[in-house]
Amino acid sequence: MILSVRRVAGLCLRHLYILRGSWLRLIEMAYWPLINVVMWGFTSQFLSNNSSWFAQAGGVLIAGALLWDVMFRGNLGVALSFLEEMWSRNLGYLSVSPLRPGEMVASILVMSFIRTMIGVLPAAFLAIPLYHFSLFSLGAPLLVFWALLTMMGWATGLAVSAMVLRFGLGAESLAWVMIFAIGPLAGVYYPISVLPDWLQPVAWALPPAHVFEGMREVMTHGVVRTDLMLSALALDLVYLSLGIGLFLYAWHGARVRGALLNVGE
Amino acid sequence: MNAVEVRDVTKRFGTVVAVDTISFTVQPGTVTALLGGNGAGKTTTLSMLLGLLLPTSGEISLLGQDMIRHRYRVLPRVNFSSPYVDLPHRLTVRENLTVYGHLYGVPGLKARMAELCRDLDLTGLLDRPAGKLSAGQKTRVSMARALLNQPELLLLDEPTASLDPDTADWLRGYFQDYRRRTGATLLLASHNMTEVERMCDQVLIMKTGRIVDRGTPAELFARYARDTMEEVFLDIARDRRRPDDPCRREP
Repeated sequence: MILSVRRVAGLCLRHLYILRGSWLRLIEMAYWPLINVVMWGFTSQFLSNNSSWFAQAGGVLIAGALLWDVMFRGNLGVALSFLEEMWSRNLGYLSVSPLRPGEMVASILVMSFIRTMIGVLPAAFLAIPLYHFSLFSLGAPLLVFWALLTMMGWATGLAVSAMVLRFGLGAESLAWVMIFAIGPLAGVYYPISVLPDWLQPVAWALPPAHVFEGMREVMTHGVVRTDLMLSALALDLVYLSLGIGLFLYAWHGARVRGALLNVGE
Repeated sequence: MNAVEVRDVTKRFGTVVAVDTISFTVQPGTVTALLGGNGAGKTTTLSMLLGLLLPTSGEISLLGQDMIRHRYRVLPRVNFSSPYVDLPHRLTVRENLTVYGHLYGVPGLKARMAELCRDLDLTGLLDRPAGKLSAGQKTRVSMARALLNQPELLLLDEPTASLDPDTADWLRGYFQDYRRRTGATLLLASHNMTEVERMCDQVLIMKTGRIVDRGTPAELFARYARDTMEEVFLDIARDRRRPDDPCRREP
């Protein structure tokens, strides 16, 4: 399948126009990551004063909160970009244009990346003066962690979009809640070894468990665990392929059922 | 080559047969109407022509291309407008047209937009959000979007639904002018009899998913011994037969 950059850019333009025209949306995107980092920053300060482990691994909670938001925003960016078309009842016109489903997926992934940057970067910068913690001190591994978590966010967002396409807008709240099912197993704030034995294999089957474990290794021991990164990447590729496959399958199903023309609020 | 060729197309939703083994062709440069009551299968047929809906069986080709297998080859040459599909409300008219111009790969987009805005009297609305336009203005914007790529085949679903008579009349005139200027083919689904009488070279009358009669408006008037399309439509809708049918029930 050949993707047209012009058409992908054209659909991105549609979402960028919305962002440009609404400063409230921009604030909303950055609002929760900012609140999150403030809460975890104070929690981190308190624990650092009362725990030698936290004192040694300063900022591990803030880094966890910020990187979790990368995955959450990645998911939300995909799901909301797709929901936007359904809310505005625009899917019918997009579906009869030369835009292919693969191009639509590509453009919502691009928009998800932009939305994640807008959401998470202000919070990451705020942590520097407020708590003397810079996420960027993770160095090059940060880029890898960011990319790996974004991929998992995309996979979840595409699965949510597929479900909305299949079950209608009644399923839209999944955009906000589905990813939290992964939360307890992701090891954002605690190592996977804390989980019951029977649950640990389930956690290790998810890319974020590898990423957050790797993040703690970098922050507490200064060790970059490429094995964890590679296993996360392999799992991400599986989940992202599943997400794309599920979306394209749901798209085909919508064409069989005639759901593309009459979707909307 | 026909602009539209439909062969034995059926669409079933479970046990419901929405469109039942229909076949028809549309000659290039003509205006054809799918006429029928609510639930007759007009919109389902249009959706299948556009590839929005996959037929259960049958073959469809537009402008010589198989729409089921090679849909993306023909979509840049086709367009569609429906009062039941919206443009993004928060985007301005200019932004909407720019986005769709990119999706259709319209060469000289700014000039094309200026031309359409002049023709459709949209110049003063370019910086207004689409969601804040009146029904008539929205229809004109939707038409501008549908004409951006200068389609060789334009499919219209109830093009004048919810418009006041003045705007509806103006729009019909515009379609006819567009066809004269470009040689485009128009296929419209409608239950507006005036529209069908005034615009169409061929009428396909649908009822419960089937094409129950077809012909030019004049042929249909003669066949049913009626003076207006509305009378023909009512004869068919109420199962009154043709004058040559011995079972014909008079109203």
